Amino acid sequence: MAFSGKAKDFYTGELKGIREAGTFKEERFIESPQAANITVEYPVGASTQQVLNFCANNYLGLSSHPDVIKAAHEGLDSRGYGMSSVRFICGTQDIHDELEKKLSTFLGTEATVLFASCMDANAGVFDVVLDKEDAMIADRLVHASIVDGMRLCKAQLYNYKHANMAHLEEKLQETQECRFRMIITDGVFSMDGDIAPLDKIVELAEKYDAMVMVDDSHATGFMGKTGRGTHEHCGVLGKIDVITTTLGKALGGASGGCVSGRKEIVDLCRQRARPYLFSNTVPPVIITAANKVIDLISKTTARRDKLEDNTTYFREKITEAGFDIREGVHPIVPIMLYNAKLAQDVARDLYQEGIYVIGFSFPVVPKGQARIRVQISAGHEKEHLDKAISAFTKIGGKYNILGKGKKEIIEMYGY
Amino acid sequence: MNEDLKKTIIDYVKHEYLEDEDEEEIDENTPLISSGIVDSFSMVSLKTFLEKKFEIKIPDEKATTDAFDSVNKIIVLLKEFNVT
Repeated sequence: MAFSGKAKDFYTGELKGIREAGTFKEERFIESPQAANITVEYPVGASTQQVLNFCANNYLGLSSHPDVIKAAHEGLDSRGYGMSSVRFICGTQDIHDELEKKLSTFLGTEATVLFASCMDANAGVFDVVLDKEDAMIADRLVHASIVDGMRLCKAQLYNYKHANMAHLEEKLQETQECRFRMIITDGVFSMDGDIAPLDKIVELAEKYDAMVMVDDSHATGFMGKTGRGTHEHCGVLGKIDVITTTLGKALGGASGGCVSGRKEIVDLCRQRARPYLFSNTVPPVIITAANKVIDLISKTTARRDKLEDNTTYFREKITEAGFDIREGVHPIVPIMLYNAKLAQDVARDLYQEGIYVIGFSFPVVPKGQARIRVQISAGHEKEHLDKAISAFTKIGGKYNILGKGKKEIIEMYGY
Repeated sequence: MNEDLKKTIIDYVKHEYLEDEDEEEIDENTPLISSGIVDSFSMVSLKTFLEKKFEIKIPDEKATTDAFDSVNKIIVLLKEFNVT
């Protein structure tokens, strides 16, 4: 053991710095299944409290759905707990193949390969298909896992201003000499809940002969009329070359991700994607549950329809209550407070009112754009939404921000 | 200081990083990275631009967030490559 005093002092100093910057992340212990209504111990050691959860990615309310739990139990009984192997040695069961085929059908793609997470899918895919003579042209606000994946790839990196098609076109013109180009974007951006203009992106990709890659983690299962994702919402089903997405959000919320898209790219991932080659297989219990999730959402759009109704209702009512929100149609509803301390204070007070939300501030969002990110679920009932709106209204009144816009809130509380 | 050089970099930063609706003004001393105008990820475009424009190669150990934190600091860095 050689954990020297020097190393210990250094790491202690780093932790102190994080605390002083106000960005130290504390975990809250949930003592119930994930759902709209949860039991939380916070702070650690305090007595537990029943709160309504408005910060999970449980968009379709399937995390603890009885049919999904039953399917997980069946998987455990019929295929065991762990596989003790990567996929290509002895970690592939028939149910893995079944899920990959179901995901391809659902997403409208040629083929799919599972990864341990979407983080892993994003970390692996670029290095497999692009090299030094190629260009990655990414939206500036893509998810951190894409940034990491691009860093692992030798291709030249370009980025364009968020959702700015004129700037993207400039970058496509700049990179005409490259062998291959790939336009890279999130389908839905997780901090603002805004949607990439995939129809326009595909148009530019066709004009300039570039591939398109979309991380659709915050869309798979519910965006678009039948929940296929942002590509369905934007009318470009079948035109996205690479989709990465997660089983960890709407699709049951456990873990696991995938690369789905052109068959050759997926096949190459199986041969060369390092996170795929060197991570254990996704366990059977998750696979059988995910198979059930795809069955459920392929059979009926009831859950995504309810999510859409809940989202429309919440967005309307919270706006009527006088909050300044980022407009849109996505169940991520950013309630803008601009000042970091105000966002923390409002979130803390809402917790006391039984509403669990989190304040986000720099560096997660740009400076001066602190907010509370509300996430709506099909698991919420109307009374849950009403209770949240009423609590928000009470706390908004306390801080005198109802009916106030950016300028006025900043005047009162500063950046 | 070479005014043309300063203007070239400021114009690039404005075009590349500021949104059309941004009211922010940038001068040679405006913090770029530490203020969040340029994040460490998109700093790559700025490095690539400088390398192409002035036909130089800035090694990664020199392309630090501190060295790119203002137009003035970038000008100091460029001097090392005889760009003035």
